[in-house]
Amino acid sequence: MDALDLARWQFGITTVYHFLFVPITIGLGFLVAGFQTAWHRTGDERWYRLTRFYGKLFLINFAMGVVTGIVQEFQFGMNWSDYSRFVGDIFGAPLAIEGLLAFFLESTFLGLWIFGWDRLPRRLHLATIWAAATGTLLSAYFILAANSFMQNPVGYELNEATGRAELTDFWAVLTNPVLLVGFPHTVFASFLTAGALVLGVAMWRLIRRRGVDTAAFRSAARLGAVVVLVSGLGVALSGHLQGQVMTDVQPMKMAAAEGLYQTSQPAGFSVFTIGTLDGSDEVVSLRIPRLLSYLATGDPSAAVEGIDDLQAQYADRWGEGDYAPNIPVTYWTFRLMIGTGALAVAAAAWSLWSLRQGRVPTSRWLLRAAVALPLLPLLANTFGWIFTEMGRQPWVVFGLMTTAAGVSPGTTATEVALTLAGFTLVYGLLAVVEVKLLLRAIAAGLPHEPPPPEPGGRPAGGDAEELDEDERELAFAY
Amino acid sequence: MELTTLWFILIAVLWVGYFVLEGFDFGVGILLPVLGRTDKERRVLINTIGPVWDGNEVWVLVAGGATFAAFPEWYATLFSGFYLPLFLILVALIFRNVAFEYRSKGSGERWRARWDAAIFHGSLVPAVLWGVAFGNIVRGVAVGPDKEYAGTFLELLNPYALLAGLVLATLFVTHGALFLALKTTGDVRRRANQVALRVGPIAALLAVAFLGWTYVERDGARLLEWYAVLAVVAALALVGALVAAHRGRDGWAFAGTAATIALAVAALFVSLFPEVLPSSLDPAWSLTTTNAAATDYTLTIMTWVAVLFTPIVLLYQGWSYHVFRRRIGVANIPDDEPAPEPHRPTRPAAARS
Ligand code: HDD
Ligand code: HEM
Ligand code: HEM
Repeated sequence: MDALDLARWQFGITTVYHFLFVPITIGLGFLVAGFQTAWHRTGDERWYRLTRFYGKLFLINFAMGVVTGIVQEFQFGMNWSDYSRFVGDIFGAPLAIEGLLAFFLESTFLGLWIFGWDRLPRRLHLATIWAAATGTLLSAYFILAANSFMQNPVGYELNEATGRAELTDFWAVLTNPVLLVGFPHTVFASFLTAGALVLGVAMWRLIRRRGVDTAAFRSAARLGAVVVLVSGLGVALSGHLQGQVMTDVQPMKMAAAEGLYQTSQPAGFSVFTIGTLDGSDEVVSLRIPRLLSYLATGDPSAAVEGIDDLQAQYADRWGEGDYAPNIPVTYWTFRLMIGTGALAVAAAAWSLWSLRQGRVPTSRWLLRAAVALPLLPLLANTFGWIFTEMGRQPWVVFGLMTTAAGVSPGTTATEVALTLAGFTLVYGLLAVVEVKLLLRAIAAGLPHEPPPPEPGGRPAGGDAEELDEDERELAFAY
Repeated sequence: MELTTLWFILIAVLWVGYFVLEGFDFGVGILLPVLGRTDKERRVLINTIGPVWDGNEVWVLVAGGATFAAFPEWYATLFSGFYLPLFLILVALIFRNVAFEYRSKGSGERWRARWDAAIFHGSLVPAVLWGVAFGNIVRGVAVGPDKEYAGTFLELLNPYALLAGLVLATLFVTHGALFLALKTTGDVRRRANQVALRVGPIAALLAVAFLGWTYVERDGARLLEWYAVLAVVAALALVGALVAAHRGRDGWAFAGTAATIALAVAALFVSLFPEVLPSSLDPAWSLTTTNAAATDYTLTIMTWVAVLFTPIVLLYQGWSYHVFRRRIGVANIPDDEPAPEPHRPTRPAAARS
């Protein structure tokens, strides 16, 4: 393998890995904030204990999100220096703004939240988790703005003299149609992921630890299930809109997603295909007539362009070359994204049903579903990104720069191989540790200590005696 | 002022912020095995920086992002050129950050000893390597006509850059020790003060040697006199810090090392200007604030964003330091959490009625 292939593997591995933690951070941040708000509003300690319990899972996950994110920030320069030179004028801005607006907000307010239980008045403390959660949304927006530029370059001009793409309209970059539909899709996917985690963990506790904190985990499970169902609808609707935008700006990706070689009118949606995908052989496949036309354009009888026609058009425009992405990968990841997401939604619906009218589930099959629940959306997210990114190939910036042209010319294959092996090893090791800690925290269950006193307040338990602030134990310590 | 100059200054400010803030938490990390004799003492150390280290680290992320946006060529050459050192820094930061969060979430001596080692090495390695990186930036590296780094990894480990690494590490240890003297009570506080007084003079000697060498190395630089002024004031601030530490004035001492680091980093940037990465092969190939910069349009947008949001960030980061202003000692550290309840499998099938 040459430096290019290795660099691609490195980017794929580290980014997919980063995105295992990202959706949990985004979604769970808001759900934990929701639990804490419920405690604040109702005074019911069940919500306090759920806040601490899921908050701990959130923090274990957050740590991994942060460290894998640091790698992302520098990776463009390390492995993709020619790409960085080419798009830096446009691409750097959202990245820098993400840091200034989002990462400072997330990290500072999360620090205040983690350690502030007995340092801040309760209302203010509640505000800190909302601030941190808002930070994750800002972060998602700006990084997706950067990514959307790669899918659909807007607001730029090519400078012949410098050979660079230069920004001419930042607003256009921030309102890229790919971004406007991709951001809700990613956020819904994140809520789906976090909802499934909350639900899966609660169901596992309900079934495996019968009789322990049943009321609290029933509340959590129902909330998680509803979040999954609503977000499921959200990803489907936003995904549909994405399909339309994609047909418009990257028709080749749409054709590849469907393995559609010949332009068709109307086009059917292929549910699955067995056999060859190169279009030469007759294949066994299940098609829903007209659905693709509808998904892609909103009109069930419209034409959808096929790979062969697009290839000819692209070759006319950019010269000889292979402009189709890897068809089996795009075809299957697209289906698997929808499929694994749909399974999660089904498992959530079933769980919700099992919890009706005060019931406590016992089924062994539900226990299996509980274990699968947090994993399915993680798979769906991964498939979604692999689809989006591999579907863009051979371009790194669609229509402007190929991936092969973006790689750092100076770094050798040995160097890239070394860092690839290093990151993979480190990430693998940390994955084991993190899963172990998550399972341990889940097994430990809800905390039973009373909420810490407010600063200047009296210790809980009403023991009228005030503790000297300097002598008191910290409510939270590493 | 030219926008490119403004952004050169802003990036310098970001690095100053990063080294002043993360400098003390790197120092605390390096001192963990030295000052933390018992598990609770080590936890005191870690908890002094617990609420703030992540916020401190974001300074470098923004510095990286801002460099990408304002000087894409600098970002590209620097990070592809310093490939392996940067990789080592990243791995070190990964282990260190995870260690803070995970160390007390598991139990057992071995578990904690391993994370303590991660915190120590994860703080030491970046402290030295950022120094090496800055040494190389100031001295200049083999930048070719295509703006790519044409040298090797070993060339980056030259004596001047290694000295820079030592200077930064010893400064951070002093800075971290003074931070601990300011933020802890009892034994830890006393020992931290002693360490500062012992390491501080070494840091001062190394720093003076390095700053002097830089003066020679950057001979002919446009703002060399200004560099000299800043460097001298930085050295004086360090001496002042040590005097204050000797007298037990924790706050002044810490402010002193903060000023030292800030002034020294500022001095290095001043010595560079208007270059951002000198080429040791041919001065014509050096990256400068103009030939590495983004367009005026991008810089204008970035300037507005920076002007509007930096004050807000400073405000809430400052507030967070205020919230956690209290000293902590061994008495404030809660006992370990009890281990999770033993596994009691309740067979779901049997439980079904
Ligand atoms: C849709 C959302 C999303 C996407 C596509 C990415 N990230 Fe991310 N990133 C986040 C959403 C996020 C987050 C939710 O804000 C994280 C996850 C966990 C966390 O700590 O914040 C985060 C953390 C995080 C951090 C650490 C921040 C800190 O110290 O607090 C950095 C430096 C990056 N990311 C950088 C990147 C880069 C350069 C990406 C592009 C390749 C990227 N992320 C993809
Ligand atoms: C976080 C979710 C993301 C995932 C899971 C992801 C996944 C991937 C994968 C699998 C590849 C490899 C494609 C291939 O080589 O065929 C890739 C390539 C790439 N992606 Fe993403 N990506 C994500 C987000 C982003 C974002 C937000 C950006 C930019 C801001 C980005 C920039 C790139 C670049 C520059 C490449 C080029 C390298 C290459 O083609 O291999 N990605 N990504
Ligand atoms: C009916 C269901 C769905 C449809 C129609 C759909 C559609 C799409 C489309 C068309 C894209 C590609 C966008 C582009 O490349 O421009 C995409 C990307 C993606 N999908 Fe889905 N999707 C669905 C379900 C899901 C589910 C359940 C998840 C995860 C829980 C998910 C996560 C993602 C992610 C993370 C991406 C990449 C990010 C992005 O491009 O926004 N999707 N989806």
